[in-house]
Amino acid sequence: MTDFTNYLARQVMLGKMNRREFMGRAAAFGVTLAAAGTMFDTAAKAQEPKRGGHLKLGLEGAAATDSKDPAKSLSQFTFVMGRNWGDMLVESEPLTGQPVPALAESWEPSADAATWTFKIRQGVKFHDGKELTVDDVVKTLQRHTDEKSESGALGVMKSIKEIKADGGNLVLVLTEGNADLPLLLTDYHLVIQPNGGLDDPNAMIGTGPYKVTSFEPGVRATFEKNADDWRTDRGYVDTIEMIAMNDATARIAALSSGQVHYINRVDPKTVDLLKRAPTVEILNTSGRGHYVFIMHCDTAPFDNNDLRMALKYSMDRETMVQKILGGYGKVGNDFPINETYALFPEGIEQRAYDPDKAAFHYKKSGHSGPVLLRTSDVAFPGAVDAAVLYQESAKKAGIEIEVKREPGDGYWSNVWNVQPFSTSYWGGRPTQDQMYSTAYLSTADWNDTRFKREDFDKILLEARSELDEAKRKDMYRTMAMMVRDEGGVILPMFNDFVNASTKQVKGYVHDIGNDMSNGYVATRVWLEG
Amino acid sequence: MTGGGSTRDPAATMAGVAGSDPQLSLAAGTDASTGNQSLNTATSNDQGALSPWGKFVRKSPLAALILQRLALSVGLLFAVSIMIFGGVEALPGDFATTYLGQSATPQAVANIRKDLGLDQPATTRYFQWLGGALQGDFGNSWASRNSVGEQIGRRLGNSLFLAFFAAIISIPLAIGLGMLAVQFRDRMVDKVINVISLAAISLPEFFVGYLLILFFAVQMGVATFPATVYDSMGLTERLSAIALPTATLVLVVLAHMMRMTRAAILNVMSSAYVETAELKGLSGLRIIARHAAPNAVAPVINVVALNLAYLVVGVVVVEVVFVYPGMGQYMVDAVTVRDMPVVQACGLIFAAFYIFLNMVADILAIVANPRLRHPR
Repeated sequence: MTDFTNYLARQVMLGKMNRREFMGRAAAFGVTLAAAGTMFDTAAKAQEPKRGGHLKLGLEGAAATDSKDPAKSLSQFTFVMGRNWGDMLVESEPLTGQPVPALAESWEPSADAATWTFKIRQGVKFHDGKELTVDDVVKTLQRHTDEKSESGALGVMKSIKEIKADGGNLVLVLTEGNADLPLLLTDYHLVIQPNGGLDDPNAMIGTGPYKVTSFEPGVRATFEKNADDWRTDRGYVDTIEMIAMNDATARIAALSSGQVHYINRVDPKTVDLLKRAPTVEILNTSGRGHYVFIMHCDTAPFDNNDLRMALKYSMDRETMVQKILGGYGKVGNDFPINETYALFPEGIEQRAYDPDKAAFHYKKSGHSGPVLLRTSDVAFPGAVDAAVLYQESAKKAGIEIEVKREPGDGYWSNVWNVQPFSTSYWGGRPTQDQMYSTAYLSTADWNDTRFKREDFDKILLEARSELDEAKRKDMYRTMAMMVRDEGGVILPMFNDFVNASTKQVKGYVHDIGNDMSNGYVATRVWLEG
Repeated sequence: MTGGGSTRDPAATMAGVAGSDPQLSLAAGTDASTGNQSLNTATSNDQGALSPWGKFVRKSPLAALILQRLALSVGLLFAVSIMIFGGVEALPGDFATTYLGQSATPQAVANIRKDLGLDQPATTRYFQWLGGALQGDFGNSWASRNSVGEQIGRRLGNSLFLAFFAAIISIPLAIGLGMLAVQFRDRMVDKVINVISLAAISLPEFFVGYLLILFFAVQMGVATFPATVYDSMGLTERLSAIALPTATLVLVVLAHMMRMTRAAILNVMSSAYVETAELKGLSGLRIIARHAAPNAVAPVINVVALNLAYLVVGVVVVEVVFVYPGMGQYMVDAVTVRDMPVVQACGLIFAAFYIFLNMVADILAIVANPRLRHPR
């Protein structure tokens, strides 16, 4: 057993295993959790970070239209940029997803979770030398909740009724209790800016570990180390260069020729080829993003739950994960939550491909004729292929699906959330509450399955202000079952985030929060050799 | 391989070569004919009572043509701007919805629309934009809120830089190889040139690009990749960055110009005066360069002009493959989110380039042809 745990420890030192995997495997060998935790920490420390060097990232997702204003950050590129130059009030712990302090040192909810007090960190300096004050924080949050705001965080922030300073503390009053408020403040749009960015939202001045030295939208951004950074456990490299590379082959060529250290969005179709390169390491992280086939529960023929069940049983999930994700993903169970969320309801039976049950429900629904499915490759990579695979597996259950390929341009405004049956993609949300409130609450703008159930809404609202975790978990189980067995979402798979780096890159943290180590990739890694 | 057939019927080869790209051949044809036509109408006008314009046309037909063309181009640009505006309007979704994409909330969409005046009727918005543009103000990009002029300046500079080097290598090379192919027609040299250039033009440009990246950047490690250029870069660094994209573009445009040169010269080579020159005992290359080429120059100029235009406006695929920040990618990004001021400005610059290069091609064709230069 000692040998085995030593082996595990070595894997940790080599950066090949994260805390979650280590604990899991160690526990399987009878090591107590506490002991395993200590062992992990020791092993991880042996891998001492090295400072210095010039880190180059080749990233997909940049456009000439990218904005410097974090409120309008929409691309993968500006997402990472914001993490480099700015800080939020709260961060999420990479492996558990729990809220951890950032610019807010600590926080305290009222008994009903409707009033929250955040203690703001002292002695933090902005890149322009000004000291961070509570006023800056208040102004920032106000800018994102303003009536006229164009912020991408508007949906997250709309439950905040009042934002005020109380001595050195920030006080937020909500329209209703929300036990998850700290996690909502981890949203990447909510970068704290001097005077809330009201003077110049595009200044790109924050408290982050790197200062922006140049930025040409859609082309390139460069950063230098912020010598006054308030944290020492990040920002290991001296300078960062981010290059916009929207072509998948160009990214792979740049990585395998050593011109960049890290690339994002490796195509599952080519990942096996890239793996063969001796200098390259594939970095895949389980995520909360999921590929979905959505039916409108209030539109014929999908207003019939038997037809919805027939279509759910017609989905061959394993094949989807293998063919569409190249194995880099996990099967879904027709509700939008997986084990990366806090308070995940375990033990719900996995739905499998079952043509007989599908045929049974199909017959019971009384529907006849083809079912029209609209799709496009902008919905998710490989969406058209996935639709055709689905068509095949449904055929075995006697269900005819007609696949209609729609133009990618304008798909999100003309097909998604408009047509009754289409393919789509959901990125994860920081909490279960957020995910359900965004897409499954009756009144949500993005209720793209038209799932309208008063009982569901009621439990959702109750769970939101429930501070007892066991009770909340039970409520989330009930909600998951309702969506799984009566909802309009067919959820075949959760996709992994597949990135790659050269072997020089060390200390990569597999963060379940979001892609690219939750955007913190450049601030967390260091270069060896 | 068409080498054998082409010597017997050069005209067929010309059609064949041009035919490989219907758009190009069509444009080439119409431009050459409109050039001559407008000249003809100008000459026939001054048969009657001479108006001041008529006198001017008679005195300096070339200047008259240029003036006419300039007036026409202003009208054309105006029409282009209406078409671009109408086209972008007709696309599904407006800036607010496409920019926010899947993360659009009704309130954020409404706020953006109001902010940019998208809630006003299309005609009002067009004339507002036109009013600004006529005063030289192309407005700000809706997405980044930066001045369009400033951003385009940099991107256009990059595009021209790449196009310039691709052109100064490919044009002399194409014409030289074309002459060489005529000199050694139907022999080994001719066939080799033909096969290689045909192969280069037949491969899609992104594939040529990937091959070059694979061999020179990944395997041999001698070339710079990605070809990203930025402000603080020195000239030598810049040149080394654009080496691979330039090579790709040269390979892509070479065959078209080379084959046109070869066909045009071969056409002239069957004339009686070339035979005379041969009988006088002049060397083959001298006949081609000194006697045949000047009379074959008109179609070659047209093809060269179209390829030049292509090098500036049509290289978006090469830009993407090599991660080169040129105009093409900039315009595609803007169209994707319906960023109207940027799309308009890019569209007008592209249109202006086409008009300008075609005009230059026509003028050069006239200058090169004494019968057109001195109309009677």
